[in-house]
Amino acid sequence: MSEGKYSSVLVIGGGISGITAAIEAAEAGYDVYLVEKNPYLGGRVAQLNKYFPKNCPPYCGLEIFFKRIKTNPRFNFFTNAEIENVSGSAGNFEVTVRINPSYVNNNCTLCNKCAEACPAERQNDFNYGMDKTKAIYLPHDLAFPMKYVIDPLTCKKMDGCSECVSACKYDAIDLNMQPETMKLNVGSIIIATGWKPYDATKIDNLGFGKYENVVTNVMFERIAANNGPTGGKIVRPDGKPVKSIAFVQCAGSRDENHLAYCSAICCLASMKQATYIREQNPDSKVYIFYIDIRAPGRYEDVYAKAKQDENIIFIKGKVAKIEEDPTKSLVVEAENAVNGEKVRQKVDMVVLATGMQPSLSEIKIPGLDVKYDEYGFVTGTDGVFGVGVASEPTEVVGANEEATAAALKAIQVLRR
Amino acid sequence: MAEEAEKMEVKEEEVKEEEEKVEPKLGVYICTGCDIDKLDIEKLVTVAEEEKAPVIKTHPALCGKEGVELIKSDIANEGVNQIAIAACSPRVKWDIFDFGGCCVDRINLREGVVWTHDIDEHTQELAEDLLRMGIGKVQKMEVPVALEEEIDKSILVVGGGISGITAALAVANAGYDVNLVEKADSLGGWAAKFSKVTPQSSPFREVEDFNIQEKIDEVNANPRISVYTSSKIDKIEGQPGQFNVSLNDGAVEFKAGAIVLATGWKPYDASKLEELGYGNPNVITNLQMEEVLSNGFKADSVAFIQCAGQRDENHLPYCSSICCMVTLKQAKLIRQQNPDSKVYIFYDHMRTPGLFEEFYRAVQDDEGIFLTKGNVKKVDINGGVVLEVEDTLLGENINVKVDKVVLATGMISSMEGVPTTKEEQAELAEKGIEFENILNLDYRQGPELPLLKYGFPDSNFICFPYETRRTGIYAAGCVRQPMGIKASMDDATGAALKAVQCVELISEGGTTFPRSGDIDFPDVFLQRCTQCKRCTEECPFGAINEDEKGTPFYNPMRCRRCGTCFGACPERIVSFKGYSVDMVSTMLKAVSVPGPEEEKPRIIAFVCENDAYPALDMSAMHKLKYSPFVRIIPVRCLGSVNTVFIADTLSKGIDGVLMLGCKYGDDYQCHFVRGSELANERMGKVQETLDRLMLESDRVQVKEVAITEYDKVPEIINEFVETIKELEPNPYKGF
Repeated sequence: MSEGKYSSVLVIGGGISGITAAIEAAEAGYDVYLVEKNPYLGGRVAQLNKYFPKNCPPYCGLEIFFKRIKTNPRFNFFTNAEIENVSGSAGNFEVTVRINPSYVNNNCTLCNKCAEACPAERQNDFNYGMDKTKAIYLPHDLAFPMKYVIDPLTCKKMDGCSECVSACKYDAIDLNMQPETMKLNVGSIIIATGWKPYDATKIDNLGFGKYENVVTNVMFERIAANNGPTGGKIVRPDGKPVKSIAFVQCAGSRDENHLAYCSAICCLASMKQATYIREQNPDSKVYIFYIDIRAPGRYEDVYAKAKQDENIIFIKGKVAKIEEDPTKSLVVEAENAVNGEKVRQKVDMVVLATGMQPSLSEIKIPGLDVKYDEYGFVTGTDGVFGVGVASEPTEVVGANEEATAAALKAIQVLRR
Repeated sequence: MAEEAEKMEVKEEEVKEEEEKVEPKLGVYICTGCDIDKLDIEKLVTVAEEEKAPVIKTHPALCGKEGVELIKSDIANEGVNQIAIAACSPRVKWDIFDFGGCCVDRINLREGVVWTHDIDEHTQELAEDLLRMGIGKVQKMEVPVALEEEIDKSILVVGGGISGITAALAVANAGYDVNLVEKADSLGGWAAKFSKVTPQSSPFREVEDFNIQEKIDEVNANPRISVYTSSKIDKIEGQPGQFNVSLNDGAVEFKAGAIVLATGWKPYDASKLEELGYGNPNVITNLQMEEVLSNGFKADSVAFIQCAGQRDENHLPYCSSICCMVTLKQAKLIRQQNPDSKVYIFYDHMRTPGLFEEFYRAVQDDEGIFLTKGNVKKVDINGGVVLEVEDTLLGENINVKVDKVVLATGMISSMEGVPTTKEEQAELAEKGIEFENILNLDYRQGPELPLLKYGFPDSNFICFPYETRRTGIYAAGCVRQPMGIKASMDDATGAALKAVQCVELISEGGTTFPRSGDIDFPDVFLQRCTQCKRCTEECPFGAINEDEKGTPFYNPMRCRRCGTCFGACPERIVSFKGYSVDMVSTMLKAVSVPGPEEEKPRIIAFVCENDAYPALDMSAMHKLKYSPFVRIIPVRCLGSVNTVFIADTLSKGIDGVLMLGCKYGDDYQCHFVRGSELANERMGKVQETLDRLMLESDRVQVKEVAITEYDKVPEIINEFVETIKELEPNPYKGF
């Protein structure tokens, strides 16, 4: 290492790509700082019910990640934190991090007495707004760090409420907690800021936001999760049972009016989600409207298996529109691309396979001189590496391969 | 080997001497916060007194500053070094209750008792048993000492294609020495045959030049990289940090710390595709097309048939990922070389995922390229080539006459057909089939990485793509998955990181994923070994070799600390400092067994600490209840549950044993690969024990629990307890 260079790595974003990049670098012997905006690590995968192709729960891998993080002294992380500014260049970055108050300190024991006492409620963003939590809440069952937080937007402290403070026996709540800023000096930066679901209300013809029983694929993950808003019972948002579901592929993807690219994961996600309802209700029927089924490599097994189920019906055709009938069921209209026939399929519920948009599509990292493509995917610069969906649409395996590779590239910068 | 064993013994003696200097002193700390005070705390204190704990303290919030200070001051002033903390789950407040240099056990009175049980006599007894078990356990625990060994940090990269070249450069640029071994007489592999490649970088719209020679030159110029072309590995023996590698009939020998396997792919045998006209000079594979294109190509019309011999039960069942992109590239190049040419592409599903869609869109803009979904029903090679295509997007079947047909054939792992065990080698030899091994590992469990589906030595884990069943050996590129150049380069860089990380972890005495950094290696009392070979056979990571007599030789740097050997050994001579036979025995002995008249069944549950145990913690957060007759013992993996313990447990009058572990089978979730499966296999042995004791087989059961099944795990426990209650009390009670 030459003079005047910093010997640690900054990872921006604590989803699966970020924690992978950070722990892989830390276990290779380098100090790592990870900055995450949410009050917990794990990002979008923590909100998934299962992973394809094995239909295994993401919590299982996260538990191992957290154990590795707990036992690694080189892994430093800040939740509720954001990048205020980055200056400098490869080998010599100066980073300003702002840590927003969570209003709960490390004395929190998870006893839940605060939430019992809290009079205010908030939309639960972990469940994509499909249920509510108190204004003081534990983000989710496997939150890491395992600690309650307060949502300042819904908390009634400005009205003089301090019910939670009185209820807490452990002196864990400080309603006057202030934001802090800190400076970090790092040699290289890994951007792992991930993605957001494409705003489905922009796809006029598919009825999201207009028809209650049209949901997105990310919402459907929560509906199927046993720690989700329905306890894992797949019901429509209006509470009625579900016997038939249509999955609309490329909802906003591969479409120049929306996202021109393919989001890479939606075909596999829908086939996985088809198994959720097929397992819960053996009489159910699933219709998948697609352009191409993209199940590359060994993922072909997922497609082959889905095709074996005669109650999963694949229709090659782009959905033209969705209408609601008086029972709030939906009619999906498409043209079968192979035989040219018009299809009008009535279903209880529609799941839109909406795509992934990079989190940095509009907001960029302040001060950091890095290149993005036209969609906001990071293309990188010297000493700065984009990984996971911050750099391209990819599934978890691909994200983690990239993140592991980026850990080495970040180390190479420190070793120049 | 004998010398090494001797060295290890000497080292152990030294360690023991050092330890003898420190007098063990137990401290028991009972937290009374978070509803734990609903229990009779005085009685718990009495339990600790009966266990003769010299220091016993209670505190209303042990995890608070004051509570922690209390423990710290006892460590400093009282010499306490065995700390039993009866409070919350060990999964929370881990950083607060970390007292370096001391043995610590966390007794889970909160999630494990008060949050999951109504407070009554039975629950109080549960808490007392757990406390007694924890106190016993922590007194048997020892502080592990890292193995200090001479480590070679250089990396062996096997395969000199794009993946191997990338891995070698990646490792060298991170400051490590590399030995790169290639079978052929030059580096470059398949990629050296491609002058133009599919788009590799943003905006992914153009065919790109690819100059692998630049990378080869970079390899040759790098002083950290030694290249061995025309070379084969005779043998790799040893363990991570100490591999001895021998090449070319012993002509070259060197050491390696870790290995990247990047031997790439081979093309599917197109001679099996006669039905698509292969054999006719005008029907060629995509690989042959690369050659044709680089020599200048002049056909007026070309048709591509996608998925040729792929996604097909009679050929390759999987998709090779890259053929759609390769076809689009070749179509573009044909059109560039001959702007009047016409190209037809017949596909089933156009697979250009992610940003590769940009290239697909760019190709669609070319009017000379006609793309349609279609099923090529017949290839007529009699007088010109005519394709008969059905199910097209034109709504009708079509016939197309072309000059050339290109079959988009797939990729096979270079490991396909390579025998991975000695048994497979013997079988091939017997049949007179010639074979060639790649790594030639001198491992008792076989010479290669174990394969997953379709001949790929891949990881089975979504979150951990570099998980491997041979510590310190990482597969990269097309050997483990079909992938393109960009993905191969990323993959190789990732594998390079893992190799570098492995030598760094091992140099500190730690293991690799998933118990990364754990320095506590198995200690084997070989004098009592009966050479039954179970540990050598069952180790999921092939860590244990054996001599001719069957005496095991443990390679601690191959070990991943899962404890499968601990579970396998019928003599119970394998232990870790922090997970020993003595600890488990002591815990089992600490469980009180009321007489049969009291109608208080006693059940032991061995619970996988990665999945079932967190699920139980989540049950507690959701305030779900389960039977207070069950005593939970967290284990590293169900593979580390020794069946002898089950026999001991039952012969002491415990009514039932439940094992909660991860899913096994093809889609296994066990992070030690085979632990959960082995626990099931060992049930046969358990059955023998039950028969010998004349006990019902229902008394011992293994159940699969996923981490998210917090709602089901109390039901599983309660159902098991009901089954046990229906049986007579264990007749061995009171013996």
